[in-house]
Amino acid sequence: MERALAYRRLIIIGIFLTVGLIFVFRLFYVQILVDKYILSANNNVLRYITQYPARGLIYDRNGKLLVYNEAAYDLMVIPRQARNVDTMELCRLIGIDKDEFIRRMEKARNYSPYRQSIFESQITRENYGFLEEKLFRFPGFFVQSRTLRKYTYSIAAHTFGYIGEAGPDVIESDPYYKSGDYIGINGIEKSYEDILRGEKGLKIRVVDVLNRDKGSFQDGKYDTLAYAGTDLYSSMDEDLQEYGEKLMAGKKGSIVAIEPSTGEILCLVTSPSYDPNLLVGNIRKKNYRSLVIDTVYMPLFNRALMAMYPPGSTFKLVDALVGQQEGVLFPTTTYSCPGGFSLGNGKMVGCHSHPSPLNLIGAIQISCNTYFCRVFRSIIDNTVYTSTRQAYEKWRKEVMSFGLGKKLGLDVPGEVNGNIPTPAYYDKYHGKDRWHSMTIISLGIGQGEIGITPLQLANLAATISNRGWYYVPHIIRALGKKDSLNPGFREKKVTAVNTAYFDIVVEGMADVVSEGTARASKIDSIDFCGKTGTAQNPHGKNHSIFIAFAPKLNSKIAISVVVENAGYGAEWAAPVASLMIEKYIRRTVKRKELEERIMNADLIHGINVKNESGKGHFLPD
Amino acid sequence: MKAEKGIFYRIDWVMVILYLALVLMGWLNIYAAVYNDSHQHITDMHQKYGKQMIFILASLVLAVTIIIIEPKFFSQFSYFIYGFFLAMLIVVIFAGREIAGSKSWFAIGGFGIQPAEFAKMATALALAKFLGSLDRNIKNPRQLATAVLIIILPALCILLEHDTGSALVFICFVLVLYRAGLTGYVLLALIAMPVLGVLALIVNKFVLIAALFVVSVLLYLRSQRRFRQILIILAIFLASSGFVLSVHYTVNHILEPHQRQRINVLLGSNTDLKGAGYNVNQSLIAIGSGRFWGKGFLQGTQTKYNFVPEQSTDFIFCTVGEEHGFAGSFIVITLFLLLMIRIVLNAERQRSKFSRLYGYGVASLFFIHFSINIGMALGLLPVIGIPLPFFSYGGSSLWAFTILLFIFIKQDALRYELV
Repeated sequence: MERALAYRRLIIIGIFLTVGLIFVFRLFYVQILVDKYILSANNNVLRYITQYPARGLIYDRNGKLLVYNEAAYDLMVIPRQARNVDTMELCRLIGIDKDEFIRRMEKARNYSPYRQSIFESQITRENYGFLEEKLFRFPGFFVQSRTLRKYTYSIAAHTFGYIGEAGPDVIESDPYYKSGDYIGINGIEKSYEDILRGEKGLKIRVVDVLNRDKGSFQDGKYDTLAYAGTDLYSSMDEDLQEYGEKLMAGKKGSIVAIEPSTGEILCLVTSPSYDPNLLVGNIRKKNYRSLVIDTVYMPLFNRALMAMYPPGSTFKLVDALVGQQEGVLFPTTTYSCPGGFSLGNGKMVGCHSHPSPLNLIGAIQISCNTYFCRVFRSIIDNTVYTSTRQAYEKWRKEVMSFGLGKKLGLDVPGEVNGNIPTPAYYDKYHGKDRWHSMTIISLGIGQGEIGITPLQLANLAATISNRGWYYVPHIIRALGKKDSLNPGFREKKVTAVNTAYFDIVVEGMADVVSEGTARASKIDSIDFCGKTGTAQNPHGKNHSIFIAFAPKLNSKIAISVVVENAGYGAEWAAPVASLMIEKYIRRTVKRKELEERIMNADLIHGINVKNESGKGHFLPD
Repeated sequence: MKAEKGIFYRIDWVMVILYLALVLMGWLNIYAAVYNDSHQHITDMHQKYGKQMIFILASLVLAVTIIIIEPKFFSQFSYFIYGFFLAMLIVVIFAGREIAGSKSWFAIGGFGIQPAEFAKMATALALAKFLGSLDRNIKNPRQLATAVLIIILPALCILLEHDTGSALVFICFVLVLYRAGLTGYVLLALIAMPVLGVLALIVNKFVLIAALFVVSVLLYLRSQRRFRQILIILAIFLASSGFVLSVHYTVNHILEPHQRQRINVLLGSNTDLKGAGYNVNQSLIAIGSGRFWGKGFLQGTQTKYNFVPEQSTDFIFCTVGEEHGFAGSFIVITLFLLLMIRIVLNAERQRSKFSRLYGYGVASLFFIHFSINIGMALGLLPVIGIPLPFFSYGGSSLWAFTILLFIFIKQDALRYELV
């Protein structure tokens, strides 16, 4: 009977084979068909460590190092691995309390329990020393080396901008950035982010179940090197920038200087400003907050690019040029000034007392309001055009060809358009075509709705000194190497006004300084040309404006100065511009008395604001 | 004795070679699983692979000893051996050392000895001895009860040691009973039970009972509708329904929490990959990431960096899967199947009923370890901690399986002399 059951061996073998077959199918499924296990295996053991490149350095036009890097360390945490951490000790080392510790852990865990987050950013080298010794007591924490931005000179904070951690929106939209990466947030750091940042590298390390480093993955076959960012050669003149900031101390306003032949920015001063080193590393957030809430000084507001003012009498230069171009004004055109320009409705645009009648040069030199109101009228009422509107549009187009009323395209973010009103604006204000030259006459003397930024004013000065063209102003002259010029700014912009009409205007500007409204600001043996302006300010004292360039031929510098609530252009803006020009051309300033008076004047608080006693008689413009 | 002289010529070398191949592969995999750069030498005595080498050498001595001793030793002393290890199982409960919740180890010097491993072999001997007697008939309820008792006694002792996995292994002897004449329904029931059990846990139990009822009705319609058949069908229906109803209770109230979790992990109702599901998930990651050819010897990141717990013992198959891929896993599975089938086929050529049934005991033990261990590593079975023969690290297991196999090899070599 027992023998008869021998067939049962087949059933038993069948069971063996069935189980074996189930295993083979299962193996096939797990090993061949699905991918998730190999991905999980990699996630288990591979740690991707970003190699942060050094950010590009920034030099000034004379090769001075302006912005550089200093080693700093970020304390990173992988929340899931942070167990049995000596919390008290860690809090003590980085100077936070327990609640803050819990809050940060929570934040990191919310981002990802398995991935690294920054726990404390930009720890200085000294503090890192203390931390490193005890790091073994904080499992799940490790240190990633980073660089801190450092500024050799505490100047030009707005121009440099600052860097900070990339926000969620950036991480979302640009795959280059991961949480914890730094990105330029403002200034050059922002506009040249792609060039400055360099290229991140990646190291892939293998770790065991306790997150201990077990060496590089496949001998570093997939590792990539970090490439340092490209250095930038700024056109900024450090001396001039620093000097300008000193002159503007205690004043609200700005100084913009441009090299006319290239469009290179020599200085970009806005005041009040702040020390760029305040917005570095882990002190940035705190300091930034206090800068933001300062609504009195508004230190974060870059007046040079973002403030727009009525240009006042400086705009008469544009009238003079456009008038000639339109064929309604000639060097010999004379108008007499009865002490003002009557608007015909009993009102009048006043003018100060001066010899009359005047020709064009004289009118520029003296800054006669009547003269330029009449010039403006002759442009707008030109019978060549069928309507006021048509004439106005032509005028507007020619004005805008000087780079006014729209962003110039400076390589520092934040520029505003300014405003040369559109006909539609007047339509809305006065009714469709119910406006004429007399309604908008204040444009002729640079008042009213017109708004121009200090940068545009400086560019206007540069354009006039070039007799009709400009390069788009830019502050980065070369990328990587000193002689590899920034390719974005090589196109010459030509105005709608013929070169031939400029010389007479330049002559007028020379007279402004030599014997006109700004004669108090002339410099021995430097023939510079300028134009004062006073922007009416409904909220307080007038803004003092001056634009200039020097020398008269082959100008080295074109400049605009705006001093808010300071009075006539000749009172404050002109001497500032004059000192700046002397500083730039001579590299040293001889007029110590003037320099001291300007530097010490605190117009914001009304301290040391006496005008030149004795010498001081400033002509209105 | 005349036969003794030529015994090495009559040994089935196929089984020996399969054994050696598996042992060698096992050793290399333990080396890979525990490998670390600072102790690279495979014979380093301070590492598991160095110790395993000693165990292997000792196994070979054991194997030779078994082959050359008195031919009738094992058939004669079966009960004695069984009794000895049964006693050990009881002693260990009181004198043993507790490791990982199981009190199943004797600490002797630096090594631990696990009598449960040897008890399996002893049970196979005793069962074969009992059933192999000429006048046995398994249809006789008393004799069947005795046979079952032989199987259950050591299992109960092991259960008392809190080593559920090892106790479960004894179920495999049903195959021996089956070959000895037990009705196939028992086998069928054993296969049906886990299937029904899983269904009971994932399907509504009343739906399941309704389904069982439908099946019963179909069975009834196909039967000759004799009273006896109706009775059997009714019994089956009641038993299976009762089983279904008791599964939930068993899982929720009788099983220990960790066992319950393991079952929930398997059924997918517990996806806590950091807790109870961690082992199996990491095991699958290890095996799955091996792809077709594997990552290469010593290149397994999961195993090398200790992501899989118990990887040199219960989860040793992960190392095979990760480093040698589908190809390597296939080879290991094939070798095991070849060995088991070879044993079954050789068992059938025995003239001695003892030898034959012992052979079936050997094959069954290999089979249950093979199925549960690999099934667990592949996430097909709940986590049950029993070793993979010849692969898992540990002296007791290796020696016990060596003795188990070589007793059969000896019996097989002597098949013409032994009746």
